[in-house]
Amino acid sequence: MRGLRQESRHVLRVLPLAFLTACAVEDAPSILEPAGPAAARVEGLWWFLFWISVVVFLVVLALMMMALRRRGRIEDPIVEDEPRWGEPFVALSGVVIPWIILTIAFVISLGVMRQIATAEEAADLTIEVKGRMWWWEVRYPNGAVTSTEIHIPVGERVDVRLTSADVIHSFWVPELQVKIDQIPGRENSLWLQADKPGRYRGQCAEFCGLQHANMIFTVIAEPREDFEAWVANEAQRAREPTGTGLRGRDVFMDNSCVGCHAIRGTDAAAELGPDLTHLASRSTLGSAILPNTRENLSRLITEPQRVKPGVTMPPTSLSRQDLNALLDYLGQLE
Amino acid sequence: MSVDEEVLAPVQEPGADLPHHTSGPQSFAWWGMVLLIATEATLFAGLLATYFYLRFKSGPAWPPDHIEKPTLELPLIMSAILLSSSIPVHMADAGIKKGNVRRLKWGLAAGFLLGAIFLYMTWGVEWPEKLHEFTPSTNSYGSLFYTITGFHSLHVLVGLIMSAWSQVRAWRGAFDAERHLTVQLFGMYWHFVDVIWVFVLATLYISPHL
Amino acid sequence: MATVAERLEEIWGEKPGLATWLMTVDHKKIGIKYLYTGFIFFVLGGIESLLMRTQLMKANMEILQPETYNQLFSMHGVTMMFLFATPVLSGFGNYFVPLMIGARDMAFPRLNAFGYWVFLAAGIFMYSAFLIGQAPNDGWFNYVPLANKEFTPGLNIDFYALGLIFMGVSTTGGAINFIVTSFKMRAPGMTLNRIPIFVWGELAFAIQVIFALPLLTLASVLLVLERKFDFVFYNTEGGGDPLLWQHLFWIFGHPEVYIVVLPAFGLVSAIIPTFARRRMIGYTYIVLAELAVAIIGFGVWVHHMFSTGVPQMSMSFISAASFMVAIPSGVQVFAWLATLVSGRPVLRTPMLFVLGFIFTFVIGGLTGAMLSAIPFDQATTDSNFVVAHLHYVLFGGAVFPMFAGLYFWLPKMTGRLLDERQGKLSFWLIFIGFNLNMFPLHIAGLLGQPRRLYTYEEGLGWDIHNFLSTIGAFMLAVGILLTFINWARSMSRGEPAGNDPWNGETLEWATTSPPPSYNFGAIPTVRSREPVWDQPELREGPQPPEDGGYPLAEGHVTLATTMLDARPEAAVHMAHESIWPFMLTVSLTVLFYGFLIEAVPLAALGLAASFASVLGWFWPRGETQET
Repeated sequence: MRGLRQESRHVLRVLPLAFLTACAVEDAPSILEPAGPAAARVEGLWWFLFWISVVVFLVVLALMMMALRRRGRIEDPIVEDEPRWGEPFVALSGVVIPWIILTIAFVISLGVMRQIATAEEAADLTIEVKGRMWWWEVRYPNGAVTSTEIHIPVGERVDVRLTSADVIHSFWVPELQVKIDQIPGRENSLWLQADKPGRYRGQCAEFCGLQHANMIFTVIAEPREDFEAWVANEAQRAREPTGTGLRGRDVFMDNSCVGCHAIRGTDAAAELGPDLTHLASRSTLGSAILPNTRENLSRLITEPQRVKPGVTMPPTSLSRQDLNALLDYLGQLE
Repeated sequence: MSVDEEVLAPVQEPGADLPHHTSGPQSFAWWGMVLLIATEATLFAGLLATYFYLRFKSGPAWPPDHIEKPTLELPLIMSAILLSSSIPVHMADAGIKKGNVRRLKWGLAAGFLLGAIFLYMTWGVEWPEKLHEFTPSTNSYGSLFYTITGFHSLHVLVGLIMSAWSQVRAWRGAFDAERHLTVQLFGMYWHFVDVIWVFVLATLYISPHL
Repeated sequence: MATVAERLEEIWGEKPGLATWLMTVDHKKIGIKYLYTGFIFFVLGGIESLLMRTQLMKANMEILQPETYNQLFSMHGVTMMFLFATPVLSGFGNYFVPLMIGARDMAFPRLNAFGYWVFLAAGIFMYSAFLIGQAPNDGWFNYVPLANKEFTPGLNIDFYALGLIFMGVSTTGGAINFIVTSFKMRAPGMTLNRIPIFVWGELAFAIQVIFALPLLTLASVLLVLERKFDFVFYNTEGGGDPLLWQHLFWIFGHPEVYIVVLPAFGLVSAIIPTFARRRMIGYTYIVLAELAVAIIGFGVWVHHMFSTGVPQMSMSFISAASFMVAIPSGVQVFAWLATLVSGRPVLRTPMLFVLGFIFTFVIGGLTGAMLSAIPFDQATTDSNFVVAHLHYVLFGGAVFPMFAGLYFWLPKMTGRLLDERQGKLSFWLIFIGFNLNMFPLHIAGLLGQPRRLYTYEEGLGWDIHNFLSTIGAFMLAVGILLTFINWARSMSRGEPAGNDPWNGETLEWATTSPPPSYNFGAIPTVRSREPVWDQPELREGPQPPEDGGYPLAEGHVTLATTMLDARPEAAVHMAHESIWPFMLTVSLTVLFYGFLIEAVPLAALGLAASFASVLGWFWPRGETQET
């Protein structure tokens, strides 16, 4: 009993503190450090629910402590008197009070739901994000196609239309919004808005097979002019290669690369893998699991199954020269 | 722990006057059958709900892909046959309650015959005809059609086996006015399968016309 | 002249030996088999979780292959839900429902034996998938289209779907048995308002099974048809819909949570009065709450689908129902607390586990209420927050009561007490280990960690929580192991328990430990909700006829009573040992393997053998009530 009492005291003190400290992690994609209006409302709702729960839990603990103050032995005769407060207490604390609290919580949560589902103003920009095993295809209205990195103008509302090409995925940027599933045969949508510039981590939240854990993306919120420059560039056809890049383009076209990837402005137009037209402008590879360096790109081409086991991309064996040329070419796709 | 004979001797054995054969809600098996029917009915309800779920998901044309709406002649004849089979089964059950083994045998036989005709019409007439038009893998409509009718006809088959079993045991003299639980359970199951058919009829054959 | 006890033993006793082990229909032996087998699956599921926790101890670990990890978490869920929780609670129910209501067996003894064998066979069937490296790998809720043939071409999902259909036969049979037993076999005088709450719990569980399980069976059958025969139900090409699976699965799946938790609550309600040394406060409230959960539980399934884009209106209704389902649980918690506060709690091991249960389950209930709030659910669903929540509900709500039940009831089953010091040590390891294992995962979830990741990056704030969780998992495992050692040691070296080591109130304490094959020398007439406390003659051996005892020593019979007020109605002949439940199970197993590998001759053989077994089962022997 002493152990139990100590344990609970300990827990009493530590529980809320643990939450408050543990939740303040700088780099975490935390729903408790919202960076946009929708996530901020969820955070508010969370703390409301959290403090109610703490109070209820403390009441239960207090009752357990009270019960343990008067202990008996198993040989004792049974206590025969029926306390008059017994059933009224059960009715009050088990039915009436919870009913009131839960009704309040329900009403508040419905309010938050509406605020999150429908934004106040219409969006200027609508982008399409298609979930694929295991990466994200992103399309902008001006024709730009990219993967993994979703640029949005900061402080503005952006609508996102969500679909899937294969199995169910779920689009989740914890710092900006709640998550919505991407389901084959359906279209869902949500809106994103970031209040300050920055990179926000997103990840697939619905188990989608072997590389579910590595289906990551980044939302990059940047000032309007930066965004416009970026999206205009992304919509361009691929830059004409120079130097060894020219040879690299031939390597690309002569090997299996061309069977799956598109590079707008060339003959490569397949849509099975990510669009590579502006590959060099992206900061990561393989659905945000590797920094976009020459070395990583080389590994991804030659041994994709080591980098991301189960990925559809087959290994491509190239001579050293061809590989270097190809890397040069891809490196020029800014 | 043992109680001596002597202690018990003066008192008349409690429970000695209780009946040893039960039927209806007195018996365990009757309740078992009620619960089996409840769980099976839930299964059918889920299956028919699935039909409507996929139908309303599917868009305006139902059946889709230019499949003809089901005609009503054959299913209505089949319905008449199957539903009328409940009458002899009921008579068999009512008969043996009064100890009438003859009525039991004849009732079971007539019910069996009607059920068998129904089964033949499903597997031997309707399915071969429909298979020309669509198969289970054509689309969701095809899958639903064969799954629902297939599932129901399997239940008819189980009912027929139960009927045959009751018949055999009737010939061996197992049933009388007191002991007839098997017959009663079979009757409950058979009526259940008939009632389910009404829902199948309404769902598969009538609802596409509405 | 033979005494009544000798005569009853002659009528009810089964000869020891291997044949009897296969043929037994004694609910006590079957109950123990359920418990052993269920706990073996618990160990397997536990090993799976330890492997996963090891992989997740630190970022970027490479102990498990991604495919292995996926199979492990899928089988962990399937095992713990279907092969551990339900069977163990059925095991307790099998052993104790007849004892608590003063019956000599379950209503359908052979169906009972069959239920156990099918459970064992279905478990082996699903685990045999590991032998060919193709265990289910799409999670316990197995969403299509990932689970369709296109994306999971191996046999993985066929093992899953066929295994669950097979297992459903067992669970349904068991449920029917529990309902009929508690409707029709209660001791004379045990009116509705005198039924022990544990029996109500098993009853509520069984009613949910009857109406929930068919939907899982249906979903699985449709999946098998789609995977094996190209039917179209879930595939969008051809007019199917992947959300159909989710609806069918969760209409079953949410009640499944209560299927696991309700009998466990019943167990808690069986222990609390004994260990609080007073009658339960709010009996009626508790019973109504259990039944209310059983009903409302059917109205909340869509809260597992708040992120799929269902319309706001339907979400609002389901959200309201999900909030409301917290109330019946709250009622029970406060009734237990009121009983404890006004009683004289005895802090022995069963009671410790009950207190641990209240502590953890209340946390799980509170996070459950949080998840009823649609936006919060949408934010945290499919994150580790939900993983933590569901373990607080299921481990807190079911495993703690089961361990309480072991310490409480094993003495009745084996006749020997468990060691108290080891028990307490085990409790503290389990309690601290579990909270360390699962509490940090709440935070990891809030920090954005999705569930079902086989690996994660460093520096996202997830590391410390995952590390602590892994430490907790191993601590928990040691605690559990300690109870198993305690259990094993007690069977040979434990102190003799006597009939009633805890001064209990329900009928199981009125017979010997372990009880004789016929349970009671006389089926007692009951005059109170706590008969052993109120009818002193029950402690003195079989109730004498002048007090209303029914020896029924003239045949293999037990008493049938009326459903509402338990008046004697008939003396029902019970089935004897039979090999056919076992044979039918073997035949069905052959049939299911035939289906699995699409071998028509094998399936046909299994079908024919099943048919023959059913014939053997029902073949008249002139011994039971074959009419």
